[in-house]
Amino acid sequence: MSALAVSGLNVHHGLLHAVRDLSLSVGKGEVVALVGANGAGKTTLLRAIAGAHRPTSGKIALAGEDITSVPSHRRVNRGIALVPEGRRLFAEMTVEENLLLGRMAGRPGPWSVAKVLEVFPNLAARRRARARTLSGGEQQATAIGRALMSNPDILLLDEVSLGLSPLAVDRVYASLAHLMRSGTTILLVEQDLGRAMRVAGRVVCMLEGRVVLEGPTATLARERVTEAYFGLGHGAAAHMPAVAAP
Amino acid sequence: MINTIIQGVLLGGYYALIAAGLSFMFSVMHVINLAHGSLAVLAAYALFVLAQSYGIPPFLGLLIVLPLMAVIGVILQRLVLERAMRAGQLVPILATFGLSIVIDNALFEAFGANTRSLGNFIGSLSYDSVELPGGIFVGKLAIGIFAVAVVVLVGLQLFLSYTAYGRAIRATAADADTAGLVGINARRANAVATAIALVTVGLAGAALGMRGTFDAYAGGSQLLFGFEAAVIGGVGSVWGTLVGGIVLALAQSLGARISPLGFLIAGHGVFLVVLFVRIWLAGGVAFLTRRAAA
Repeated sequence: MSALAVSGLNVHHGLLHAVRDLSLSVGKGEVVALVGANGAGKTTLLRAIAGAHRPTSGKIALAGEDITSVPSHRRVNRGIALVPEGRRLFAEMTVEENLLLGRMAGRPGPWSVAKVLEVFPNLAARRRARARTLSGGEQQATAIGRALMSNPDILLLDEVSLGLSPLAVDRVYASLAHLMRSGTTILLVEQDLGRAMRVAGRVVCMLEGRVVLEGPTATLARERVTEAYFGLGHGAAAHMPAVAAP
Repeated sequence: MINTIIQGVLLGGYYALIAAGLSFMFSVMHVINLAHGSLAVLAAYALFVLAQSYGIPPFLGLLIVLPLMAVIGVILQRLVLERAMRAGQLVPILATFGLSIVIDNALFEAFGANTRSLGNFIGSLSYDSVELPGGIFVGKLAIGIFAVAVVVLVGLQLFLSYTAYGRAIRATAADADTAGLVGINARRANAVATAIALVTVGLAGAALGMRGTFDAYAGGSQLLFGFEAAVIGGVGSVWGTLVGGIVLALAQSLGARISPLGFLIAGHGVFLVVLFVRIWLAGGVAFLTRRAAA
């Protein structure tokens, strides 16, 4: 049984059909990277899995249990945590207060404020600083820490490198590395294809709301992913109608 | 003169008590509850009925009325505010205005036009006083109400700053969508916030009934004084609310010394002056930053 299973999912943003009949399954302990151009529907998919968007149709199952109609705060309680695009910290609250909010879900586990500060040592000195005064890298670390505080089974990371300096990105991924090795299931959106293929065991490429290519990073040639990314190559073109069929 | 100032400061405590719940609801839910005063009068009537018909003295009656106000708060949030908030910022104002009319007229229907007071049920507390040096007498009740206002304001601030629920309420106020994503039940956070606000309304109602008389339509002026105190003090600041109440009450008390009509005129005058200064300062600051950016 997969940790997370999405089947036949359709999500609309008003008139925009952002996710089209998408099916995806993530195994326990797997690290899966979602790649694709802007507007491919990656963020919408993650937000639908986290419960921030109601899908028009389809099903989302967590460890075999249907959670399609469960509201977002109860999904956190069941073990899904999203690090949203753009961090979305509570700007007027301190780092520590932001972290403590993650505990509201009431899931027991190894994560505490002390543990987060241990994993992200750059936050230790900023513990009592308001989130809006942090640098981009510190904000991202706080956002990830806040998600970890709910002791999730599945961590959804939406573009954690967005707007960060290359150095800060390296630091964030270095902190995530031991998390990935520790068996946490991770589904991440990453613009940097090279990095996505380095950290993930499997890559899923989306185009216009559909999965156009997926496979283990070990056997997937980077050129094929690039082609699928832009909807060019024959492989992608041949694959598309098959996925799109109802 | 000193007597007037001391009495004014103590009256300010009562205004701050009304303003506390109003300001709390606005700062954490962005709702201006225009039924605030009417709900306080409702609480005063509830205490009156408990005392008159069941012989339960008001201080004991609060043990029944305050939980009841909390329940009314949850119902208010679920049935009125939650729906109204989805329709935009203006709709909760209209909805609570409508609610205040319903409450006022329901109270009038039930209790008629007679003025009531809880003063008869609290023994000598309604007229007991302590003498300060200089031959100034201040009412024990007024001191008590002032103390309750300070405790409520400080308590609300400590609750918001240091408790898990306080953090959840602040997070929901800032960004309900993200609050849900970190595991906060935004509906429950808002229901708890409204319940707490209504408990302070219950206390304000008790203060209203004990310190003087009230009738079914007394809610409007309570709302107005509370609103003015909150605006003068700056919404969402604990000491600001207390200072706002005191400034309003001082203006009224000093105005009343000049002329019997001065009580209301001076109070509204100070409110309007502070309001325009605030608007001017806000506009002025925005103008300066525009200049700096250019």
